[in-house]
Amino acid sequence: MNENMNNTNEFALDMSDLVVEYRTEDGIVQAVNGLDLQIEHGSTLGLVGETGAGKTTAGLSILKLVPSPPGVIVRGSILLDGEDVLKKTEKEMEKIRGKRVSMIFQDPMTSLNPVMTVEDQIAEVIEIHNEGGGKPLEKAREMLEMVGIPGERGREYPHQFSGGMKQRVVIAMALACNPMLLIADEPTTALDVTIQAQVLEMMRKLKEVQNTSMLMITHDLGVVAETCDKVSVIYAGRVVEHGTLEDVFENTLHPYTEGLFNSLPNLDDRKAKLKPIKGLMPDPSNLPAGCVFCPRCNYACEICAEEKPKRLYRNATHYVECHLYNEKNILEGGVIGK
Amino acid sequence: MITLNANTPARDTADITKKYKKKSQSAEVWHRLRRNKAAMLGLVVAILLILMAIFSSTLYDYETQVINQDIPNRLQPPSWEHPFGTDESGRDILARIVYGSRFSLSIGFSTVVFALIVGGTLGALAGYYGGMLDNILMRIMDIFLAIPGTLFAITLVAALGQNTINLIIALAISSVPGFARILRSSVLSVREVEYVEAARAIGATDARIIMQHVIPNSLAPVIVQSTLNVATVILTIAGLSFLGLGVRPPQPEWGALLSSGRQYLRDYGYITMFPGLAIMTTILALNLLGDGLRDALDPRLK
Repeated sequence: MNENMNNTNEFALDMSDLVVEYRTEDGIVQAVNGLDLQIEHGSTLGLVGETGAGKTTAGLSILKLVPSPPGVIVRGSILLDGEDVLKKTEKEMEKIRGKRVSMIFQDPMTSLNPVMTVEDQIAEVIEIHNEGGGKPLEKAREMLEMVGIPGERGREYPHQFSGGMKQRVVIAMALACNPMLLIADEPTTALDVTIQAQVLEMMRKLKEVQNTSMLMITHDLGVVAETCDKVSVIYAGRVVEHGTLEDVFENTLHPYTEGLFNSLPNLDDRKAKLKPIKGLMPDPSNLPAGCVFCPRCNYACEICAEEKPKRLYRNATHYVECHLYNEKNILEGGVIGK
Repeated sequence: MITLNANTPARDTADITKKYKKKSQSAEVWHRLRRNKAAMLGLVVAILLILMAIFSSTLYDYETQVINQDIPNRLQPPSWEHPFGTDESGRDILARIVYGSRFSLSIGFSTVVFALIVGGTLGALAGYYGGMLDNILMRIMDIFLAIPGTLFAITLVAALGQNTINLIIALAISSVPGFARILRSSVLSVREVEYVEAARAIGATDARIIMQHVIPNSLAPVIVQSTLNVATVILTIAGLSFLGLGVRPPQPEWGALLSSGRQYLRDYGYITMFPGLAIMTTILALNLLGDGLRDALDPRLK
């Protein structure tokens, strides 16, 4: 059943040095600045960062859906199973979108067409890519059952569904053509916590069954811990720390990652105050010359303001971009206090 | 195929399904429209008028009753024989009004259909693609919009010759910019919506996105505009006929009836009053229906 099993390339997605700018009249907004992301087949990468860090832009670039104008992909490459997306024509992209790569949008309330029945919308994807041959509607109902919605409800309209159910419909739509890569752009942000858990659990199971790789875009470290294999922490359009769940959660290296963890309530110590990261994301049209996190960093030193930090590896999977580390002390881990 | 039941007991959903019958969008619009009494009145009147136009040849004989002059019976007041009286040539006014609905309504509707197709297409393209195309198309529309509709129709009919087809073309061209602008503006807001982006993300082509997702969601204001526009066009035709540029006498167009009766206005007011009432009723009915449709089509007002 599964064509995703016999892929020749190691990575479902291999994005390197991606630079995306929004060129507006007021100046150039540097949304993504040399982003590297790799996802192995069947695994899940969490892309974590604040609002405005360039997460969604990165996700949209994979489908070449960055609104243009003003968005411009300046350089870099995005390899989907070895094929460079950026070299594809619009026609070829239409064949990739929804079939090889599909996307789940943030808000299920608005990502369904209000005047089409739910099954028609799912069937549309199948029809476009002519998947399963013949009966798109039947397949659509099957997909609905798969996400736990009775098939006969397919004839209803989106406004007759609850938020959680709508998101499941969206997931059914995204998985209808058995894609190689699923981009989930904050899929649970608009849902309440109990429904969040359900939806995440369902996505995780479906992903395993279909052996789909997933890019989980989120700002919620809890979601990451629940669903991801690896994490990339992104700040101002650049990965500042990357590693497996264990690497990043247990051996946090970057001060920004530490800041994100400090912003979470601590279950063991209920009286502990939250320590939010001071300041705001830098203006993406006017980024600092040195380390982009420097103005907000508690550990900043002189070099931070002047020079961009280089990438340093703690082990084969775990790297960080921060001046606090050098070849020696990175192996010990944890220069920053916990 | 696996089934994941994410904590939704099937029983619950079945109950819900029973309780709320599956409603299509149109069924719901109809349901909401039915609760609006004024709109229903408008709809009933509009349907009666359409039926009247269709069956006018069964009710009256065109040759003998509608255009045949009967001088001895001229200018008779309303009576059982002639409920609306007779005009200056002795023709039954009711028969002429009934027949006149054919001209007014058919010209009104065909004008709007024509304007809707042309204007809608241009507006949808301009709104969806934006940029240069939008600029060029909409500036052309602006040029047309700068010319008053009636004046434009007068000029065109005078230049092309006075017949029904030319009349329809003239009126349609002056209605096109209105439709183009309305569809463009609603397409502009719809194309930014997430489900359009989602459609793009599933690999839908532009044509499919426009036809399946953008236009159906932009139609509500256009439907309202169409209904209201039929009324406007009927009024303009009446105006043109009143000026002698519309439907040619002795064809019984409502505006022409008004025009021919105006010299008898002081002594035989009913000659102009009844066609005037016919125009007024039609326009009122269509406007009520249009307003009702606007409310019914807006799901946010539910």
